[in-house]
Amino acid sequence: MTGNSKFHHGDPKGAVQPIIEMKNIEKHFGRVIALAGVSFDVKPGECHCLLGDNGAGKSTFIKTMSGVHQPTAGEIFFEGKPMHFDDPRDAISAGIATVHQHLAMIPLMSVSRNFFMGNEPTRKVAGISFFDKKRADEVTMEEMRKMGINLRGPDQAVGTLSGGERQTVAIARAVHFGAKILILDEPTSALGVRQTSNVLATIDRVRKQGIGVVFISHNVRHALAVGDRFTVLNRGQTLGTAARGEISPEELQDLMAGGQELAQLEGSLGGTV
Amino acid sequence: MSNATQPTAKPDERVKEISAFRNALIRPELGGIVGTVAVFTFFLLFAFDSGMFNSQGIMNWSVVSAQFMIIAVGACLLMIAGEFDLSVGSMIGFAGMMIAIFSVTYGWPVWAAIIVTFVLCTAIGALNGWIVIRTGLPSFIVTLAFLFILRGFTIFLPQVIERKTIIGGILDVAEGDWLAPVFGGTIFKGLFVWLGEAGLIATFERGTKQGQPVVDGIPMLIIWAIALIIFGHVLLTKTKFGNWIFAAGGDAEAARNSGVPVNRVKILMFMFTAFCATVFAVCQVMEFGSAGADRGLLKEFEAIIAVVIGGALLTGGYGSVLGAALGALIFGVVQQGLFFAGVESSLFRVFLGVILLGAVILNTYIRRIITGER
Ligand SMILES: Nc1ncnc2c1ncn2[C@@H]1O[C@H](COP(=O)(O)OP(=O)(O)O)[C@@H](O)[C@H]1O
Ligand SMILES: [Mg+2]
Repeated sequence: MTGNSKFHHGDPKGAVQPIIEMKNIEKHFGRVIALAGVSFDVKPGECHCLLGDNGAGKSTFIKTMSGVHQPTAGEIFFEGKPMHFDDPRDAISAGIATVHQHLAMIPLMSVSRNFFMGNEPTRKVAGISFFDKKRADEVTMEEMRKMGINLRGPDQAVGTLSGGERQTVAIARAVHFGAKILILDEPTSALGVRQTSNVLATIDRVRKQGIGVVFISHNVRHALAVGDRFTVLNRGQTLGTAARGEISPEELQDLMAGGQELAQLEGSLGGTV
Repeated sequence: MSNATQPTAKPDERVKEISAFRNALIRPELGGIVGTVAVFTFFLLFAFDSGMFNSQGIMNWSVVSAQFMIIAVGACLLMIAGEFDLSVGSMIGFAGMMIAIFSVTYGWPVWAAIIVTFVLCTAIGALNGWIVIRTGLPSFIVTLAFLFILRGFTIFLPQVIERKTIIGGILDVAEGDWLAPVFGGTIFKGLFVWLGEAGLIATFERGTKQGQPVVDGIPMLIIWAIALIIFGHVLLTKTKFGNWIFAAGGDAEAARNSGVPVNRVKILMFMFTAFCATVFAVCQVMEFGSAGADRGLLKEFEAIIAVVIGGALLTGGYGSVLGAALGALIFGVVQQGLFFAGVESSLFRVFLGVILLGAVILNTYIRRIITGER
């Protein structure tokens, strides 16, 4: 991990090439314009917070990044090359792991089957490839233990876990598969104090491994606790990106509230609007 | 924040330990196991002397159960994948009729008729699935349409081609065919001759078959049922694809977002259901030597009931092939058992309704236990 140590908190990253760069992304649903030209990028080892009020288009935006939606217009560059994701599988295999706001967990299925959903380990017996349940169970138990969740067993159904525990399973899963980018859509909005600090600690740990984290929130305090850069979305448009230290919590709050005081803030955003 | 990164895995004192009994309850096969034991106990006590448990009797309800099993395996995997196929019964009639038309009317070799029918029917299954995926309509509606479309063709085609609704003479054209015995033959004949000679099973006492066992072997139908059950069970519980089946039915959107190819899984399961229906049809045609326009009536519901008795949830994402097989066994044993016991056969339907209701209520309760919802 020492190789990535230059990516820790607060270092200038201007020179580093972004892992993913989204340029002027638009997304229309029929007559609804959910995104009207959003630009955003993520660099290795940073936590880029995407802030905005409900309905601002945050989820829609990250879904264009994770292959769920195809943008109506705009360009995506992945590691410098133009990229197009047809479906979530494409994005996943490129190294983009997403924990969606409405969790991608299936309550009726066991924790270990959920953990490996779409990514099942296999073992060949007589030329036929079988689901390696033993390995899946072991890895799941180990990862859950690391995250501080004590399972009755790998066969316990996800439906019996609390909201926070499910969130933790989802994050652990995304981290486990060694993504280059980890997108977390409002991971803390349904959590209590302890679980929130657990999730924030996880973000910090993941970032230190050189992974680029996209952290969506409408809670400024949560964002400021871990964020390196902050982008505010409002009604489908970006109001600007600011680096840590360039913006105060009050200013972020005002931006999210609709940018009424935008004129006054432009100076403090340092021309990054 | 440093303390938050430390694993703090202690047993949560607020989560009650789940008792072994409740743990056993959340096996999907439980209902099927209890039902099977109950049904056998009942008939052993009240119908033992009826001939239901001699070699002929056992073969009788085994064959009927195996028929139910063949279509239940397909319906089970499809239901777990979150979809229904109401066209199974019509597909059985249609597949049988196609084989008859190809082989008897057109004079094709029987093996060619069987293979072309399999390809045609699984293609129709794929079409069912494709329409469901593309339109987003409930599979209930789409396959209800195919229930009528396929039945209509099954009545219409023989009428315009042969001017009748039953086509016979299939056994004659199947004579010497290499593929027909795979569906219509019996195996282990030697074993049964030996069992007869050893006095373990009954033999004919008079006539041209004197000395031969009354049951001359295991029908291929039963072999197909066992093979499909093993295949379905292994596919569902032991492979990556099985995980995708559960995921597709548990929450298609979540599965898609995790990279599961949900559309492919669902379409393949529609094809597999059609494949099972065709296996049923070919075995039936080879048994009767004819195809009739009314074959397979109501089979889709019987398959679904067997699957539900076997513990699968109608809403998808949960179930078991072994459970469905036990459901089919209960179905077959009760249907034939009531016949052996001399009970009025209409009462079978009463039984069916009652057990269906009981199974669905039990399953809903089990679902609450698994998901912890109230
Ligand atoms: N599939 C969709 N079809 C139509 N409108 C949508 C769809 N998804 C999102 N929207 C609309 O796009 C806007 C942004 O939604 P969303 O991205 O979920 O906001 P956020 O995550 O910031 O709360 C909302 O007005 C929402 O109604
Ligand atoms: Mg959202």
